[in-house]
Amino acid sequence: MELMYALLIGLLTSCGVFLMLRARTFPVVIGLTLLSYAVNLFLFAMGRIGEAVPAVLGERVDYADPLPQALVLTAIVIGFAMTAFALVLSLRAQGELDSDHVDGKGDR
Amino acid sequence: MTLALIVILPLIGSLLPLLFNKHGRSLCASMTMLAPVLGMILLWQQASAVFAGETIVQTWRWLDVLGLHISFRLDGLSFLFALMILGIGLLVILYARYYLAKKDPMGRFFAYLLLFMSAMLGVVLSENLLLMMFFWEMTSLSSFLLIGYWSHSTDARKGARMALAVTGAGGLALLAGVLLIGQVVGSYQLTDVFASGDLLRDHALYPVILVLVLLGVFTKSAQFPFHFWLPHAMAAPTPVSAYLHSATMVKAGVFLLARLYPALSDTDLWFYLVSSAGMATLLVGACTALFQHDLKGLLAYSTISHLGLITLLFGLDSRLAAVAGVFHIINHATFKASLFMAAGIIDHETGTRDMRRINGLLRFMPHTATLAMVAASAMAGVPLLNGFLSKEMFFSETLDTHMLGSFSWLIPLGATLGGVFSVAYSLRFIHDVFFNGKPVNLPKYPPHEPPRYMKVPVEILVAMCLLVGLAPGLTVAGLLSVAAQATVGGELPEYSLAIWHGFNLPLLMSFVALVVGVLVYAARAPLFAWYARQRELDAKLVFERMVQAAVRGAGQFTLLLENGSLQRYLACLLGAALIVSGYWLFRLPSLQGNVAMTPIDGTSLAVALIMSVAALCTVFWHRKRLVSLTMLSVVGLGVVLAFARFAAPDLALTQISVEVVTIVLLMLALFFLPARSPRESSPLRRGRDVLLALMCGGLVAALAFAVMTRPYDSIASFFLQNSLTGGGGTNVVNVILVDFRGFDTMGEITVLAIAAIGIYALIDGLRLRLPGGDSLGKPWATRGEQLMLVNLSRVLLPLALLISVFIFLRGHNLPGGGFIAGLITAVALILQYVASGEEWTSERWPVNYHYLAAAGVLIAAATGFGSLFFGYPFLTSAFDHFHIPLIGDIELATAMLFDLGVYLTVVGATLLILANLGKLSQMPLRRGDF
Repeated sequence: MELMYALLIGLLTSCGVFLMLRARTFPVVIGLTLLSYAVNLFLFAMGRIGEAVPAVLGERVDYADPLPQALVLTAIVIGFAMTAFALVLSLRAQGELDSDHVDGKGDR
Repeated sequence: MTLALIVILPLIGSLLPLLFNKHGRSLCASMTMLAPVLGMILLWQQASAVFAGETIVQTWRWLDVLGLHISFRLDGLSFLFALMILGIGLLVILYARYYLAKKDPMGRFFAYLLLFMSAMLGVVLSENLLLMMFFWEMTSLSSFLLIGYWSHSTDARKGARMALAVTGAGGLALLAGVLLIGQVVGSYQLTDVFASGDLLRDHALYPVILVLVLLGVFTKSAQFPFHFWLPHAMAAPTPVSAYLHSATMVKAGVFLLARLYPALSDTDLWFYLVSSAGMATLLVGACTALFQHDLKGLLAYSTISHLGLITLLFGLDSRLAAVAGVFHIINHATFKASLFMAAGIIDHETGTRDMRRINGLLRFMPHTATLAMVAASAMAGVPLLNGFLSKEMFFSETLDTHMLGSFSWLIPLGATLGGVFSVAYSLRFIHDVFFNGKPVNLPKYPPHEPPRYMKVPVEILVAMCLLVGLAPGLTVAGLLSVAAQATVGGELPEYSLAIWHGFNLPLLMSFVALVVGVLVYAARAPLFAWYARQRELDAKLVFERMVQAAVRGAGQFTLLLENGSLQRYLACLLGAALIVSGYWLFRLPSLQGNVAMTPIDGTSLAVALIMSVAALCTVFWHRKRLVSLTMLSVVGLGVVLAFARFAAPDLALTQISVEVVTIVLLMLALFFLPARSPRESSPLRRGRDVLLALMCGGLVAALAFAVMTRPYDSIASFFLQNSLTGGGGTNVVNVILVDFRGFDTMGEITVLAIAAIGIYALIDGLRLRLPGGDSLGKPWATRGEQLMLVNLSRVLLPLALLISVFIFLRGHNLPGGGFIAGLITAVALILQYVASGEEWTSERWPVNYHYLAAAGVLIAAATGFGSLFFGYPFLTSAFDHFHIPLIGDIELATAMLFDLGVYLTVVGATLLILANLGKLSQMPLRRGDF
């Protein structure tokens, strides 16, 4: 399971990085989203992904580590804010420069 | 307090000339004098203590960790310098009042001058070496402003830049030296440094310290080979030259030499470095001075030579030489300042400084001529003038030096040679300017005496030359003795300031210098012709070329790294990250750790495969943006499942609501952006990107795998144990968010609110071309209410809100909480916008999302501060159980109030972003050409 999980994170990272290296803003934002999936999964995995129950106190003892979960939870929300910011920035660039190239180069 | 006041007064006073700039030149100059006069009075109040041999130290402790204190020191040496800085400063202000032309902005000039005065006083009065460094840099900066005062002239600008570059570079070296001294001694206070002289001299770093400090000294005091900036600084107005380049700025270097004399001198290295630099400077300066045709150029090189003489004196291995050095500092300041002023008068009255044109001025300005001739004689070392006394001491000290063994005679020989040239150029100053026939083609003819008060400063200085020269015992002896005592830091050797010491070797040297000097001047014609044939090495040209080469090099380097392509920056960044983290990963003995892996189950495998395929499809169809976006949402849902599978229900709930919001947002944005990306990367570029992406992915995968298969020690047990007892909740994740690490959360919702406001600002005023139709040319439906969607969304709203309340309330004990509830509410409201339009929704739901987000942050903060009132630290939470009829026993915690803040912020921020973006598409359609 760990190997599969790691490979999945790796694949998401690769896809994210490749898209972030594109020259147009929209693929870059998509890549950013993919990369933040990968990062969140990575951080989450630092609490290990074995068999455990959610950290809601009850009768069991084998709880999952709640700390990375709390960190990832806020990371998801902040990640959304960041994606939104990057997106609106690209809209602004489109509005000002009439181009969605990352360097603001005109199309025509 | 007094000492600090002396330093600060001119700084404050520098505002006065600016204020009185428009109220007449005399008033402006008088107001400028206010601060130095006050400073002078304060200084004189300390005089009796200083002459009694006391050292006054005033300290305000500031940064103990760094050893930086506001600390001032007044002893003989700093008293002497402060006196010169204030005294000559006052004379220069008076002189400049008449020197500056009507069109020159006088207020600015005096403000710079006072700024410089303050800096200079700071250098000489600092007890703390770091504080002194601060003022040292301030002298460099303010002298830059003064030299470049006539900023319309290229020469002035270039000269100022050169002076700043050279002295600034030296200042950096000095700073390093000072820091090392502080490291070795353990304190930057001069008192401690003096006490640790032996420690410093025996330390392994001593040579490094000495060289660094001397670099600072030599650049500042224009010692060979750094002397070239001084002649170019002559582009400054003459009052600046008279002040900076005779008495103050260039003396800062030799001041430091004198100041650190007790701590650093008395070694062979000191002797060789300081005396050889001094000797070289003395000879180069004196020799070059003779051949200058520019009046100020002659004085500049003569200053260099005299500075060399002083440096040489400090470099000789006797304390008496140091006394002579201090004495010559005083004498040089008086005669050189008066000579610069005289040169300024001549320039002012004739319109030129070229000595080939200025001749026979004695007839036109006899008064000025007399003054200048006396001062020039002092410079030459003619008996009965002050220059003679210190030069005699200098000669006799060179005779007493034995450091060079059997070659020790070289030093007095060099000194005599310097004396010869010094006589020759002084004679040239006198003869060429005031005698030697008639003036040639002067711009202003006939020249006449300057205004009465312009001569007063010169008269005072020349009178001092005479008084010191005639009666040294009555005038300068006391000051010299306390200053010299402070310099050598101990008992002074026996010395006598008498004019007549009988027939001895120094007198013979003086006599030889005088006679040969006259002979050299008499034979000047062939010498000048010879000099003119020499290929001149223009220091400014060389320097400018070096500066330009450096600028060009820096520009090319910048262009290499920064070509404007963000893609390249990102690639470089990723490459660097790969190298740094890859290096450490490769040092692992094996990638897989010793923890056994858990087995794979079928569902997980299926989800992983779906996610992988979706991610690859996202990339594969990235040019068809809508398809790509759809694939992305599949990956996002897979992430939700992953969180759910691995025991993180809170994360799954958060991710799924964020996922909805994100996709809606991306769809909205896509409306304004082109539907397809053009294919523009070359195959090579794509290959590079694929490689980079694969390497990044591989690295992350390897890192994750390596960590997950190794045992770990978590602090989770602390949270699990204290969640219920300390935070009053069973959902540990939520308790961590609102209680244990509430401060983090508070920061995070603040960031969220800031991001939302930033987005609002970006959208505000944004004008986008609204596409009239899709990429195939089919027009968008401008009006098309989706009946099903509208009705369904309106039914859903109360249900969704109810669920979000439920999720919010149970959050402390079961999966849920403010973040998730906020996102659910946001999704429910966004649905209304999507279904019924922005206008319809905001009519019925007139909420200002700015206030909502701000209120959320404020509530969270207020909850945190609330605990302060009860005497607990920030964000301590309290909880209790209450019994409410019908509902039963419920638990209320202050953390819930905090969570409410989180909830409101999330709702406010999310809707602030989406509603504003949505509003854009409601603008009257402007048919575009998509």
